[in-house]
Amino acid sequence: MKTIWTIAKREYNQYFNSPIAYVVMFMIMLVLGIIFAIVVRSSIDQAMQMQAFGAPATAPDNSPITGNLAFLLVFSVPALTMRLVSDETRMGTMELLLTAPVRDWELIVGKWLGAFLFILTIAALTLVFPLMLTFQINNGLDPKQLISSYLGIMFVAAAFLGMGVGISSMFSNQIAAFFLTMAAFIFMWWMVGFPAGLVQGGTNLFQYLDMKSHFYDTFNMGKIMLSDIVYYVSLTVLGLFVGTTAVEMRRWR
Amino acid sequence: MIRVNGLTKDYGSRRAVDQITFDAQQGEILGFLGPNGAGKTTTMRILTGYMPPTDGEAIVAGYDVVEESLEARRRVGYLPETVPLYTDMSVFEYLKYMGDLRHLPDVEDRVDEVLEKVGLADRADGMIHNLSKGMRQRVGLAQALLHRPEVLILDEPTIGLDPGQVVEVRKLIREIGKERTVLLSTHILSEAQNICDRVLIINKGRIVAEDTPEKLQARLLGAERVMLRVRGETDDLPFVIEKVKGVQSVDVKEEGLVEFQFAPGQDIRPEVAKAVISEGYDLLEMRPLGMSLEEIFLELTNTERNPEQGAK
Repeated sequence: MKTIWTIAKREYNQYFNSPIAYVVMFMIMLVLGIIFAIVVRSSIDQAMQMQAFGAPATAPDNSPITGNLAFLLVFSVPALTMRLVSDETRMGTMELLLTAPVRDWELIVGKWLGAFLFILTIAALTLVFPLMLTFQINNGLDPKQLISSYLGIMFVAAAFLGMGVGISSMFSNQIAAFFLTMAAFIFMWWMVGFPAGLVQGGTNLFQYLDMKSHFYDTFNMGKIMLSDIVYYVSLTVLGLFVGTTAVEMRRWR
Repeated sequence: MIRVNGLTKDYGSRRAVDQITFDAQQGEILGFLGPNGAGKTTTMRILTGYMPPTDGEAIVAGYDVVEESLEARRRVGYLPETVPLYTDMSVFEYLKYMGDLRHLPDVEDRVDEVLEKVGLADRADGMIHNLSKGMRQRVGLAQALLHRPEVLILDEPTIGLDPGQVVEVRKLIREIGKERTVLLSTHILSEAQNICDRVLIINKGRIVAEDTPEKLQARLLGAERVMLRVRGETDDLPFVIEKVKGVQSVDVKEEGLVEFQFAPGQDIRPEVAKAVISEGYDLLEMRPLGMSLEEIFLELTNTERNPEQGAK
């Protein structure tokens, strides 16, 4: 556990030395800031309409902010995970880590945890928008929806990062890792769900595999479902398992 | 200590290490000598737990490197050929990170101690990417020493250092080798001669010779050669020397300079000196000509290449 923490801490600190991390942070805050402005604008309009009818104003809706945060993760996580393992190979420090008393899975989990903590930091920064909506506007946000959507963001980020670390471990080239990771995310986020609409009759495999519906249909609507948690945790574990296997295979080469 | 038995490693169809067997005791510095691609690095990587062998076993500090890899790795300090450094960290941060990974108590004190030892105490807060190659090499060495390993494995530890640093690092290795087991690889023969208690010459994945540097020389030498210099003309000096009992051959190198050979073990140098002086020559110098490790090395590796000509 101490080993994992040591590795995670280094990876986390590492992000603050790299421009990519700041670019990702800036991009997310910029886009969410624009979304925030739209949310504020539309809830003002709505409130004025309601007032005209003499009805009480409704709470502003936070789901566009967390919804777009999840969407932005598709593009930002590959940039954060691409160098996690491939950089160690490039710098020759992989030899150092693999000859230190560190288990292969500890290495992978440590790297994942470092990246996860960084995403949590970004997510914490975005809390500024819903908190403003809650404290500045009378009749603020629904706290249940707020907690549930951010919990969902955590699980989505965990799953993305797990997959990203797994793919990064297979490559010694960052760019290759970046594009394959993004392709995998786009596939899991949008494409795998397409056939679901073509098949008649309720839930099927494609719908279950669709990554976005596990977030948009439940977490982001204020519903916390065990099945969604199981889905994202499984993806995380699968990614970390692939990563560990890739490191082990490197030894046998 | 290190015990290696029948160690073999294949990369695909290429055999990099072939049935290597050797051991190294505590307090011994064992040198791994061989041309590039001979299998030195591969063997070291197996011993440090970086990769498993195809066949055979290796025990390091009492633990099997495959079965009890983690325990073995805890007791080994390793300096790979390309020094593995995080260039975006400071020297101190880097060493502290490595110490934390190894769960060392009082890491910071230990880092200061090791930096003192490798002579980098004043650069502790410097970023690694600003360091020269020699300094980076020493940071790597500090990393290998950090956890007071029982076994130290150094892959070409003095490469890229300037002569002054080479002397320092060798001194450091010798000091460490007094109480620990050190395995180092080099292709600089004088280095092996200089610091190793025992040398393993490895070529094409096989051990071709194993002995102390001195004995390796003696073994390969059919006879001992001595150079003798007198003032002035050589005249009939060869005949004088030849008459001494035990001399096998005499060779005039230049005016006043003669080389003679005698069977190893029976030192006849005093007799030769007496004979030369009694004939009225002014003896200026008499010096044994050891065969250098370079020559031995070439001979051994050539023997390996042309086994039919082999006269070992």
